[in-house]
Amino acid sequence: MPVASRSLPALLLLAVGGVLSLLMALAVGSVSITWQELLAVLAGQGQGLHQELVYSLRAPRALSAFATGGLLALAGALMQVLLRNPLADPYVLGISGGAAVGALLSMLLGLGTAMVSGSAFVGALLSTVLVFGLAQGRGSWTPTRLLLTGVVIAAGWGAVITFLLTLSPTEKLPGMLYWLMGDLSYADSPQTAWWVLIPVLLLTLPLGRSLNVLARGPLQAAALGVAVKPLEWGVYGLASLLTAVAVTTAGSVGFVGLIVPHMLRLVLGNDQRLILPASVLAGGALLTVADTLARTLMAPEQLPVGVITALLGVPTFLFLLYRSR
Amino acid sequence: MAVLEARNLVVDIPGREGGHAFSARVLPGQRWGVLGPNGAGKTSLLHTLAGLRPARSGEVLLDGQSLSGLTRRAVAQKLAVVFQERQDSFPATVLETALVGRHPFLSPWQRESAEDLRLANGALERLSLSLLKDRLVSTLSGGERQRVSIATALTQQPAIWLADEPTNHLDLHHQVAVMALLNQQAEQGAAVFMCLHDLNLAARWCDHILLLFPDGELCFGPADTMLVPEVLERLYNQSLSVTTVNGKPVFVPA
Repeated sequence: MPVASRSLPALLLLAVGGVLSLLMALAVGSVSITWQELLAVLAGQGQGLHQELVYSLRAPRALSAFATGGLLALAGALMQVLLRNPLADPYVLGISGGAAVGALLSMLLGLGTAMVSGSAFVGALLSTVLVFGLAQGRGSWTPTRLLLTGVVIAAGWGAVITFLLTLSPTEKLPGMLYWLMGDLSYADSPQTAWWVLIPVLLLTLPLGRSLNVLARGPLQAAALGVAVKPLEWGVYGLASLLTAVAVTTAGSVGFVGLIVPHMLRLVLGNDQRLILPASVLAGGALLTVADTLARTLMAPEQLPVGVITALLGVPTFLFLLYRSR
Repeated sequence: MAVLEARNLVVDIPGREGGHAFSARVLPGQRWGVLGPNGAGKTSLLHTLAGLRPARSGEVLLDGQSLSGLTRRAVAQKLAVVFQERQDSFPATVLETALVGRHPFLSPWQRESAEDLRLANGALERLSLSLLKDRLVSTLSGGERQRVSIATALTQQPAIWLADEPTNHLDLHHQVAVMALLNQQAEQGAAVFMCLHDLNLAARWCDHILLLFPDGELCFGPADTMLVPEVLERLYNQSLSVTTVNGKPVFVPA
């Protein structure tokens, strides 16, 4: 089987890339750590300063970045199949808008980081439930209807976000704008993201072939033995959860969810059994590299990581698209 | 071998009240052709028989079990549908497309085996698609895509074929090739039920005919009793000339 034969090398390559991106994130920064020193630190030796830098600062942030990238890319890959639209991304259904309104509100009220994350998560879930409920309507549920409902709700959130920004005092605006562009400066506890990412990935892996069939349309999928509705709702729920956790961890980082699965499809074909795990690895590596650049390019200034993902992603994507058949 | 049965079935056609209930059994070896003008509900009937849309009343049974009580997977292991319309939002090769016909038989963790690959390749060979097997389906012509759909159904090795205009977009040679394939499937014990637009293909290849009138009226029976020029003229609201070629009637619009 042609797909199986190229699965393993591709995943191995991406895994190596992922590990390298994490090592780079640990080594690079205001104080550079050489590879030898880094290996010593990872082995539990080395200087106290390096230990502190790696374990308290860089590792939590790098692991957060990796998990967030993985969450977003996996959510994007799932949404694209669910909506049968290669241009769908995790935010297309308004989840990031709901999260942003929650986060900005709590920033406006001067609440702490934990509350900002909490309200972002609540906002994301609220938006999910809203779109879910409204897309049902009175008739049957279709991807087009879901997409339209999501797009309109997202536009509504956009208006609320602009309203909140105009209400906000000047000194709070930079923080808010950073959040909106995606920012990992405060992402120091990667556990939640990993605890969601790994089980969801394991849960979606056996669904891969069913998703391949679903991509051919609901009627064809039903005729080939797929229980379409339960699968669609399950995928919607999982993708929403992934997005909500990602947005809570790092704000709305753009492009990863759209571009990573798409790039992989252009190179590896459209077998979800390969695309889903590959998206996690590639999305994680991309966001880790982007975040490392974001905090070092103009150091000591930190850029919002979303700017870097867009600057890296857009030309790569356009190049692949231009080259593809 | 499997039997598809409609019991007091009324097909739900949007915008049309009432509807005629009918009961029929499609048995192994039979080749049914559904004839009717545009919008008479041929596709709706086919999808209802496949369990893909709910009936207004009555039920469809597969080997004596109601479709509503069976999982889609159990249905798909016996029954294949060839659709008139296809969606391909994502790129896929011809071989990958044929291989999805094995989906109903594989467990979630299972990959396609060499045997599955052999079946898919055999189906592509049978439809003269072997040379195209690495091409993207989106780059093929309409007739080639139609043959890919039939190859997918053939890979599924169904006991029951429900085909919606299987000869759509096909040139004369491939029309005959596809009908011969379905005929062979019936000889090997499959039941074939297809919507057709071409009266002459129906006359040549079907042993049972179901006529679907625009007002929802419906009648069926052995082909020679159904293919009566007066009835067909009323069915299509079109006068016909009839001649005989090789012992089969040939209908030409007058």
